[in-house]
Amino acid sequence: MSAAILYWSVIAAQSMLAIAMALAVYRMTRGPRAQDRVLGLDTLYVNAMLLLLTFGIETGRTVYFEAALIVALLGFVATVSLAKFLMRGEVIE
Amino acid sequence: MMSNADVPLWAAIAVAFFLILGSALALIGSYGFVRLQNFYERLHAPTLGTSWGTGGIVVASILYFTVTGERLAIHELLVGLFITLTTPVTLMLLARAALHRDRAERNPDVPVAPIPFPLAADDAEKNEG
Repeated sequence: MSAAILYWSVIAAQSMLAIAMALAVYRMTRGPRAQDRVLGLDTLYVNAMLLLLTFGIETGRTVYFEAALIVALLGFVATVSLAKFLMRGEVIE
Repeated sequence: MMSNADVPLWAAIAVAFFLILGSALALIGSYGFVRLQNFYERLHAPTLGTSWGTGGIVVASILYFTVTGERLAIHELLVGLFITLTTPVTLMLLARAALHRDRAERNPDVPVAPIPFPLAADDAEKNEG
């Protein structure tokens, strides 16, 4: 019983997060402006990180947690440097 | 480690509830991100996913690993803490960059700068000379 509850809730959560990632990709490809694309990338990596955490619950392994942490870290650096680029035209002055 | 079949029913229901809560909020946030009209409105929508979207899934993960590992597992809190700390920074920087770009283009939809945008530097030079 509890195995079935866990299985189906993980499947539902993964489908919802996959749809959320698809919506973020839609906004990232359509724009209309550069800041929308950067925000789309930001949303995309947060959703991907949440998806990795649900993979961790599905398999019972903690490897996915470390991957999620690295995705969060790199995503933060990427968004900050892209925002800096939009503001100033270069990243390192 | 115990298998998923040995997880008590209350724990399975709680994990399922928080998983669904978190992913549903992330989905609603992304839907709002596609649906809303201008960039400054769209900026607010994905924060649903970064606040309780992340919170729900992190709580589900902590519960699951605590119950199956039969010891307290709170390493997922790191992810929650990190996202909570970084989201305001990124969104603030992005909003400021967008406002700067809109003002540089003299877009009428954004409020004007307290000091008119490109003139500020010129005035400073005039006042000095």
